[in-house]
Amino acid sequence: MRSRIKNLDYITLFLWIVRTAIIAIVIWGTVATIIKNPYSPTQWTDFLVFGVAQGSMYALIAIGYTLVYGVLFMINFAHGEFFMSGIMTATVFVAAPMSASGFLDRNPILAIIAISVLSITVSVIVAILTERIAYKPLRKAPRLVPLITAIGASFFWQNFYRGMLGGEAKPFPQFEILTGKVAFLGTEILKVHIVVIIATIVMLIGLNFFIMRTKTGKAIRAVAEDKDVAALMGIDVDRTISITFAAGAAMAGVAGVLFALVFRQVNFFMGFIPGIKAFTAAVLGGIGSIPGAALGGLLLGMVESVGPSLFLQSLGIPAFNQLKDVIAFTMLVLILIFRPQGILGERLAEKKA
Amino acid sequence: MATLRDLDLRKILRMGLIAGAITVIVGAIGLLELFGERALVADVITMGQVILYTPVLLIAYMTAKDIPSGQTALSLVTGLLTGVVSSFPVAGFIFLASAVNLRQFLPNVSPTLISLLDFNAGPVIGSLIQVAAMGTVGLITAGFFILPEKHRKPLFNAILWTLVIGLFSEILSIRLRDFFGVAFTRLIFTGKALNPLVAGILFILIDGITYRMGRQKQTLSERIAAMPPRQQKRYRLASMIGIFVFLLILPLLLGTYLSEVINNIGIYVLMGLGLNIVVGFAGLLDLGYVAFFAIGAYSMAILTTGGSLGIGNLTFWTALPFSVLMAATAGLILGVPVLRMRGDYLAIVTLGFGEIIRILALSDLLKPYIGGAQGVLQIPKPPFFGTALIQPGQFYYIVLAGCLLAWFVSSRLSDSRLGRQWMALREDEDVAEAMGIKLVATKLLAFGFGAAFSGLAGALFASKLTSIFPHSFKLEISINVLSLIIIGGMGSLPGVVVGAFILVGLPELLREFAEFRLLMYGALLVVMMLAKPEGFIPSAIRRRELHADKEIEGEIQSKVAGLGE
Repeated sequence: MRSRIKNLDYITLFLWIVRTAIIAIVIWGTVATIIKNPYSPTQWTDFLVFGVAQGSMYALIAIGYTLVYGVLFMINFAHGEFFMSGIMTATVFVAAPMSASGFLDRNPILAIIAISVLSITVSVIVAILTERIAYKPLRKAPRLVPLITAIGASFFWQNFYRGMLGGEAKPFPQFEILTGKVAFLGTEILKVHIVVIIATIVMLIGLNFFIMRTKTGKAIRAVAEDKDVAALMGIDVDRTISITFAAGAAMAGVAGVLFALVFRQVNFFMGFIPGIKAFTAAVLGGIGSIPGAALGGLLLGMVESVGPSLFLQSLGIPAFNQLKDVIAFTMLVLILIFRPQGILGERLAEKKA
Repeated sequence: MATLRDLDLRKILRMGLIAGAITVIVGAIGLLELFGERALVADVITMGQVILYTPVLLIAYMTAKDIPSGQTALSLVTGLLTGVVSSFPVAGFIFLASAVNLRQFLPNVSPTLISLLDFNAGPVIGSLIQVAAMGTVGLITAGFFILPEKHRKPLFNAILWTLVIGLFSEILSIRLRDFFGVAFTRLIFTGKALNPLVAGILFILIDGITYRMGRQKQTLSERIAAMPPRQQKRYRLASMIGIFVFLLILPLLLGTYLSEVINNIGIYVLMGLGLNIVVGFAGLLDLGYVAFFAIGAYSMAILTTGGSLGIGNLTFWTALPFSVLMAATAGLILGVPVLRMRGDYLAIVTLGFGEIIRILALSDLLKPYIGGAQGVLQIPKPPFFGTALIQPGQFYYIVLAGCLLAWFVSSRLSDSRLGRQWMALREDEDVAEAMGIKLVATKLLAFGFGAAFSGLAGALFASKLTSIFPHSFKLEISINVLSLIIIGGMGSLPGVVVGAFILVGLPELLREFAEFRLLMYGALLVVMMLAKPEGFIPSAIRRRELHADKEIEGEIQSKVAGLGE
């Protein structure tokens, strides 16, 4: 017993050192940047707005992780691929031909509706197929097993799309009405970013309505609470789980469209990094909590966009923007070490994980 | 008596459409065209045909399998119909491709692919031929069930192995030429494929041998188990010496190219044995395993390189322990923060670690020390008593020594106190802790050992390639190693070797395949977990664990049966 306590002490000490070191680096970097003041206030606002837009997409993807975690207590590793599949298909089959024929410039609203519908549909189909084939037969298997199939499914879909649609990046056409900036509260914001933020808010309200006010939403909440009791209450658990996957995938499908509008190109690998970051966002907010996913997404987006310039630049790190992804991954590791339940999470993740 | 009214038409329709859809997808992702003209048996069968008809064959097999034996007509009609239905999606695809230019969406739908599918006969006649062809395949597959049970397996083996030998014709013919001369090789191989006559002889030979083997009442292992203990011991010793001698002379048999392939397999075996400790024994799913491989490789590179980045200019042998030590230390350090995490969280955090290491290796931040994207060059090959081991056939012995060492350590560990503790940990952390297992030390040792093996593999990798770059250390490698453990069977040492041969060896030999490697791995991971979660060569414990329900059920049934008597 004594040696165990001693062991734990070393570990705690080590973790405290890590914690202090990172806080020190962040404070030091921030102070140094503030003193040097390399950017104008407008530039900082730009960073922040970009962060919010980016964070909105993370939030939409993160909701998929949170919903599935809520009902199955598993991390759907293939969720990033749901995000990729929808927009990849929509770009190749709808956006590119529409842009070539000029339809896109004549009826931009119709075009974007068509793209979104296809993107959401394909994401949902891919999600339901994945769930049926790779997860459903394994509900009772040891925990490691569905996780491995999830990794397998993720790689399968990535390379399936690579083989089907080609490995090179596809340009996503530019929408004339979305170019340029508008004045907003004394600064100028890109129109695309405004669209992203508004679309995210609409989707979040819609999802909240779906989960809180509809019968199906009630069923999802019941299954999340207790599958066996929910089944006793006459809820079709398997169907509800499928619907949960579909709801998460629909959000990812929308996120895909927003991603394409902002970055104007798509490729088969695009789901991987946003997928992991969105997972980070979900954990940051408290996995299993929908408001948490939204909050975590926004926070992560902002830290990532402001972070490199704020923390790293003044530390004399060359090409500090290369380390943008390191910030997100470090955040993930730190949250899981120091506050696994996240910001809004109530239950201890450790218990379920 | 079963009549045709018993046909399960819905099942036939569903399965047939699945087979057809798979065929279309295999074509549309470009796999079919890639292998299209590669002949297996000259003028008889090409790889393209095998790939084209394998889905139909498998699905027809699955559909006809459940029909009770003796109902020949029913079985044959089911097979035929499944095959015919399978051709509908293919025919639809042919018509679609002739009407619309699919290539603007699906770049792999080329005229060559369509000509492979419609036999160059235009959409209408081509589709009809395809209907007939797939129907025939379905019929033949169902006909397989008419054969008596004892003939099925030999026949299957004969077909499979003849085709496999045909697939590797090119490599085999090169080796045969080195040993027996051109004339003999020409006799066996026509161009890059098997001679039809030789294929026929091989087919009959394999069929005969497997048939004889199947007729023997006892399998080899049963016969060994029946021997008295002393004889058993002698037998084991003899077979071990036999394997050892075989491993020693292997590079002479294989030649330069195949030795290189074996070396690559060996490096993956090393990594696999390491990850097997972490995932297979201790049940900690580590997706950032490539990080330790990278640390081992970079340590070796920087300590031995003659370039400007070098520190110390050590030789391979003095640098080796440092590399392993560095990787093991990194394993311990990275293990600390994840001590309290389980399952899914652990997987994602380790994946994050792996990515952090890769991004750091690529970044300008560490460029002055480890070369950034330009990597580290001029790493010397290992010296051995004054000569450098330059040839793959020479380097092989170092890889072999590493693998044997890792195998020895793993097998000793798995039966040790520590190994048992790992397995207890894998089953249930809380219970393990309650039993007095020190979680912290046990977990950290698993990470440490796993990382050490990976570091050794990395060090060998660096000195084998003589230059390393950050892009060699992608997540892909972690997934690769994970897949090979799972294919072989988690926790099983022979499984790691078999997995490495299948997942690393095969794609090395079929270079065209490289692009589809990850697709296959992904599909394999899912299929294995669904169909055979214990792997091809399962460890005894794992098998029991995953099939616990069935075994208990069987026990209960036998007990119930016993009560009835």
